[in-house]
Amino acid sequence: MVRPPPAWGSFGNLDKARIGPMTSIEERGAAAPPDGRAGISSKRRGAADERITRTGWLTRLFRRPEAGAASGLLATVVIFALLPGADALYSLQGSMTFLTLAAELGIIATAAALLIIGGEFDLSVGSMIGFAGIVIGLTVNHLNFPLWAGIGSAFAVAIMVGYFNGLIVVKTRLPSFIVTLASLFILRGLAIGITRAVTGRTQIPYILNDVPDNWTAKLFNGEILTGLFQWMGNQGWIETRSDGLPFVAGIPMSIVWWVVVTLFAANLLTSTRFGNWIYAVGGDAEVARNVGVPVARVKIMLFIGTACAATLLATIQVMEAGSADTLRGLLKEFEAIIAAVIGGVLLTGGYGTIYGVTFGALIFGLVQMGIFFTGIDTDWFKVFLGVVILVAVLVNNYIRAKALGESAGK
Amino acid sequence: MSAPTIELRNVTKRFGSVIALQSVNIEVNPGEVHCLLGDNGAGKSTLIKILSGVHRPTDGEIFVEGRGVRFRSPRDAQDLGIATVYQDLGMIPMMSIARNFFLGREPRRRRLLWQRLDLDMANTVARRAMADVGIDIRDPTQAVGTLSGGERQTVAIARAIHFGAKVIILDEPTSALGVHQAAMVLKFVVEARLRGLSVIFISHNINHAYPVGDVFTFLDRGQPRGTFRKKDISRDEVIEIMSGGEDLRAVEAEIERMLAQARSSEAAH
Repeated sequence: MVRPPPAWGSFGNLDKARIGPMTSIEERGAAAPPDGRAGISSKRRGAADERITRTGWLTRLFRRPEAGAASGLLATVVIFALLPGADALYSLQGSMTFLTLAAELGIIATAAALLIIGGEFDLSVGSMIGFAGIVIGLTVNHLNFPLWAGIGSAFAVAIMVGYFNGLIVVKTRLPSFIVTLASLFILRGLAIGITRAVTGRTQIPYILNDVPDNWTAKLFNGEILTGLFQWMGNQGWIETRSDGLPFVAGIPMSIVWWVVVTLFAANLLTSTRFGNWIYAVGGDAEVARNVGVPVARVKIMLFIGTACAATLLATIQVMEAGSADTLRGLLKEFEAIIAAVIGGVLLTGGYGTIYGVTFGALIFGLVQMGIFFTGIDTDWFKVFLGVVILVAVLVNNYIRAKALGESAGK
Repeated sequence: MSAPTIELRNVTKRFGSVIALQSVNIEVNPGEVHCLLGDNGAGKSTLIKILSGVHRPTDGEIFVEGRGVRFRSPRDAQDLGIATVYQDLGMIPMMSIARNFFLGREPRRRRLLWQRLDLDMANTVARRAMADVGIDIRDPTQAVGTLSGGERQTVAIARAIHFGAKVIILDEPTSALGVHQAAMVLKFVVEARLRGLSVIFISHNINHAYPVGDVFTFLDRGQPRGTFRKKDISRDEVIEIMSGGEDLRAVEAEIERMLAQARSSEAAH
């Protein structure tokens, strides 16, 4: 590598050949200069460094980790707008449907993304959804718990499951992939085994019948802004049924929960000490340990997070259906990982944002419903998913190489 | 004179039957650069790990400012003001300079319900701390991965100085660097020394160690081979001891002989 001879006193110059002016994960703080130039400059202030180029806001926008997912979402929206069935897909009803799909996936994908950024995987998310539903069903139907206590028990179980997953991973230093693969089978097996032993079947119906606290169910199953939607229906702005009620009664609680989870996680990740530790343990656990980050505690907390997110989704589904099914959540762990990866989260940990995952979940929901509305055989959805994963991983790999200042494809 | 900042007395480390270090005595005073020199396998890494609290010595004692101490973890050593700058471990490439700077000691500010990370303060302080030691960063939110090896070392050293380290241990800080960047790190070492810090500088590059060092300790296969002050030893003598003197001359003679042989066989053709 040929370099100009350094002037003494300008030893702080960046080796420009190696570094695109790539910014890191976070927003530019107040201390960053408005001109957006990156780098360490010469000690002689005022002397412009010819090796630092100006970057426009557009370039900087495209360097953010979620840029790929955002443009992917835009492309998906446009493509389905051009295909037949766009009217149905983008109607209020159609939109609410794909948003609900995105919300249900987004809740678990957000927690999964935090864990992946922290350098670990949780394959037991899907089984945990089934298991948590069963806990609610059994405690309410067979132990006569009020609904709130049933849901509380499910979360207590989730905290224990997450704790043990995390504890085994940090104590044994085995790959979390294999540890949680074991939990995947154990939890699913337990859900089916216990349910059949107690009820003789694999489903628990009529959970919401005769519960003393039906209002609890409304927290997970109802809609908000129903008054507004009714008013818009009365004005004739949105479609109504023959009895005057709008087809879309309000915004479903699943979407509300998704927004809450997303805002919480995004805040946690970028603006708290714990968030800093998540990036650190995923970036390099050894370094993190050396500077005093409680690596084990951070990882265990993240495993508890994924188990709790699965339980939240299970609660929403059980309240909606009024029943629990031992097979709920099948393969959801992979969908969560896919949404995170599409959202720009690096599979190797240490890099990614929550808003990227939001875009990932939206793409997922939109494509799933879009394929249905356009009349394309839904078998093709899986092919599409596979291709998208591959593209997303390649793009992420490229971004990571940029972030580390390596040339891509090395 | 006050007690040395850090002192090792008869420190021995055994891994099973392997003796990694045998009765090492070292003392480092404030404002002094102590160079540890030795070939690969001399026990330099083991010594650093003992000083930084990763390993516990099998035998012997460690004193920090005259008080006997026992490190149970790297954190213990850090709390006593002993900062270790590892050759590559020490920075998380995909995190920003400011986040790396404050990792494990994040500044926080209470806002509403929870304590938020004070990123503005982190960025400002990281930038100022770097400027204090002579490096002007325009953008503390830049990923550390985009910095060169030498710059990463300087961030690590600036961090140690900022958080009040009394002893900075540098593990082969210049070995992977080019001339220009090595010079930058060496200037930093002098900067730290002038501030009254103790520096332990591990190296096998005499051209880097000799100009900045005050005291030189030689290690050879776990055995200490003497400690010299700079006035008592010349650069050539240091090279002599490090290369094992006789060994190198024997190798030179051997190479000479091989080349002569090659030349004569060429002439014969």
